[in-house]
Amino acid sequence: MAVTIAKERWTSKVNELVLGTDPNVVKVGGDSTLPFLFFEGEMPNRPVVALEVLDLEPADWPDILKAPFEGVLADPVAWAKKNVEYGADLVCLRLISAHPDFKNASPEDCAKTAKAVADAVNVPLVVVGCGVEEKDAEIMPVVGEALAGKVALLGCATPNNYKTITAACMVNGHSIIASSPLDINLAKQLNILITEMGLAANRIAIDPLVGALGYGIEYAYSIMERARLGALTGDKMLAMPVICFVGQEAWKAKESKAPNDEAPEWGDQARRAVLWEVMTAVTFAQASGAIMVMRHPESAKQFKAHIDKMMEPVKY
Amino acid sequence: MGLTGLEIFKQLPKTNCKDCGQPTCLAFAMALAGGKASLDQCPHVSDAAREALDSASAPPIALVKIGAGERAVELGNETVLFRHDKRFEHMTGIAVSVCDTMSADEIAAKVDQINKLVFDRVGQVHSVNLVAVGNCSGDAGKFAEAVKVAFGKTELPLVLMSEDPAAIEKALEITAAKKPLVCGANAANVEAMTNLAKKYDVPMVVRGADLNELAALAEKVAGMGFKQIVLDSGSREVNKVLADQTQIRRQALKRFRPFGYPTIAFADNQDPVQAVADAGVYIAKYAAIVVIGSADPADVLPLITLRLNIYTDPQKPIAVESKVYEIGNVTADSPVYVTTNFSLTYFCVAGDVEASRVPGYILPVDTDGISVMTGWAAGKFTPEKITEMLQTSGIADKVKHRKVIIPGGVAVLSGKLQELSGWEVLVGPRESAGIPSFLKQRWL
Ligand code: B12
Ligand code: SF4
Repeated sequence: MAVTIAKERWTSKVNELVLGTDPNVVKVGGDSTLPFLFFEGEMPNRPVVALEVLDLEPADWPDILKAPFEGVLADPVAWAKKNVEYGADLVCLRLISAHPDFKNASPEDCAKTAKAVADAVNVPLVVVGCGVEEKDAEIMPVVGEALAGKVALLGCATPNNYKTITAACMVNGHSIIASSPLDINLAKQLNILITEMGLAANRIAIDPLVGALGYGIEYAYSIMERARLGALTGDKMLAMPVICFVGQEAWKAKESKAPNDEAPEWGDQARRAVLWEVMTAVTFAQASGAIMVMRHPESAKQFKAHIDKMMEPVKY
Repeated sequence: MGLTGLEIFKQLPKTNCKDCGQPTCLAFAMALAGGKASLDQCPHVSDAAREALDSASAPPIALVKIGAGERAVELGNETVLFRHDKRFEHMTGIAVSVCDTMSADEIAAKVDQINKLVFDRVGQVHSVNLVAVGNCSGDAGKFAEAVKVAFGKTELPLVLMSEDPAAIEKALEITAAKKPLVCGANAANVEAMTNLAKKYDVPMVVRGADLNELAALAEKVAGMGFKQIVLDSGSREVNKVLADQTQIRRQALKRFRPFGYPTIAFADNQDPVQAVADAGVYIAKYAAIVVIGSADPADVLPLITLRLNIYTDPQKPIAVESKVYEIGNVTADSPVYVTTNFSLTYFCVAGDVEASRVPGYILPVDTDGISVMTGWAAGKFTPEKITEMLQTSGIADKVKHRKVIIPGGVAVLSGKLQELSGWEVLVGPRESAGIPSFLKQRWL
């Protein structure tokens, strides 16, 4: 009995976002289908992995997360290089030293670190601030200028600080991360505000502020599915690739942090923690996540192996 | 489902005999369409009409039941492609497999391990649902032995994995009373297998070499009068399974009858971590049962958690009980936090309090399970309710101080709360992730 394959006729597609410079550019987005459904559309670019670097030695990382970075945790440049060795498609530098609670580092110090990291690796860079909106608005213009020509992805822009970050991207040729908490309308609104300043829509990545597996993943999952459906049916303000900060969320979960003696009924911590990060990323890839910002090299490796398989087209 | 009165009317005898209690056949049809009457009330409908009306009003994906008693598993009855369209109805059944090439002791030990895969999450107990026994040896006698061991060791329903009708019959002789899933029929054995499933009245998997063969086989089995069917498209690689699962679900919702049944997927990737990743895809994308090989809790906990998340009703959030929670080794000086009883909110706060490494008390106020800002906007997270919780929960006896930390998002509550409760109100950060650094500045 012949089955007539059910194909949706989508009218639109996701923007293609280009990061980095030749010959090391990384492209994401461009999809004209739901994730991995090659029988009805194109998925020209695979979901990519950015491995994270902090510019301050992380205080609260569990040992199994620190172990692969032994000796480089206090040196962002060496750490970034290590990430590239581990197969990262991108490096995500997080400037937490700027946080008023930590070093309250100056914009110039942040820019220096960012420049040093950018010069040390050949993969494109994602640079995010410390999460304090006003402070990020201060550092990003200086960081953006120091990275001029590198075509980086800068964030995270919110309704309170998008103006300076957008300007920094426009002047220096970067793209922007637009963050909004698990709300499709807020995401749209921020994209509208940013494009109204003159930054092209294909230079925005949506950050829906995802939660990890077990910690709200279903909200992010459904918001992402809805955004993708919006993009495919012609909503230009939802047609941005989605960036998921998987690592920071997954490594906050009890399931990743609890050592074996605390939770023997949960199995070995090393395996469970890596799986927590992998499964969070795998799930978001199904919902249309394009850039996974991850922490553990083993998670990155496993996620990439999974994506290798998912990217083999099935066409019927 | 969704039949109009007129569509139903066409199938009725149109004699207006009133035996149904309605003045006319049309009135009866209207009552039926509105759910106010049942077809049985008309004694005169023809069998053909009954069949047509039944199948037109049936859900797009049939309900299939495996097992008996408390641990029975229900599959199917799904109605949507995306969880945000409504919700997914029946959680993916997770089956862990054993092989009949293992010794009886090995099987017993693994089944013991499977029985222990029970986890507490968001205040609920979640576990693996099925034990699958594989006829890896190809020998009917060995299979029966293995099935017997597993059957004696677990309350969970079994999946009998053999395509040899002789082996299945032996296994059914032992287990049929507990309604295992026969897995199953294929192009070569479909008649014999279906007859067995009918004889023992147990559900059965139908495997096609591809979607076309699957549709033909499902049609054939249904034609034999058997409808407790679970579909297997035959694909075993994750990219193919995703495509097939998507097709089957889409076609079912379009009421392509041969695909109107729940599905099964096998995460048998040789790489153990990739197998878990594959199983995750199957849980997110429509598999009603996923069979995995690992009984390692480190592999199973993420899958059980993902299943819970994906199958949560988007319109009905999960709540935690409203009571005093103690995080770490609390003392009479430990900080007190209030939040809401939306489980996601509570677990965010609990995780961040834990991350602060400072033991603390958390008081989730009953907001009918909605988040802080939603609860505030809806008038369910108010100074009055927080005061009531501070006074009646017993927290006042547990701590010496009278300081309470509230979420930064509801800073506006602080004046009124302080006045009503007499507690000093500290406005915390907007995001609970800020709790560790907030504590450093404001508590210690
Ligand atoms: C999902 C959602 C819903 C869901 C509810 C899901 C649920 N279970 O809560 C639904 C669709 C039902 C809903 C309904 C409504 N919503 Co609503 N909703 C949201 C949404 C998108 C996300 C909320 C969420 O789950 N956040 C995640 C949880 C974990 O966050 P949280 O509880 O606030 O907890 C965080 C912090 O508060 C903090 N925290 C929590 N506890 C504590 C404790 C301490 C001590 C500290 C320090 C910190 C802290 O840490 C947590 C993690 O960061 C928000 C917009 C947004 N993106 O925020 C709007 C939002 C909350 N909703 C809003 C409104 C107005 C409503 C409605 C009144 C009307 C409407 N617009 O639909 C109804 C009311 C429902 C009712 N009558 O019962 C507004 C509130 C506006 C305001 N500022 O007052 C928001 C902000 C949207 C907006 N911008 O308009 N909503
Ligand atoms: S009993 Fe049947 S035939 Fe008679 S009036 Fe009712 S619907 Fe019509």
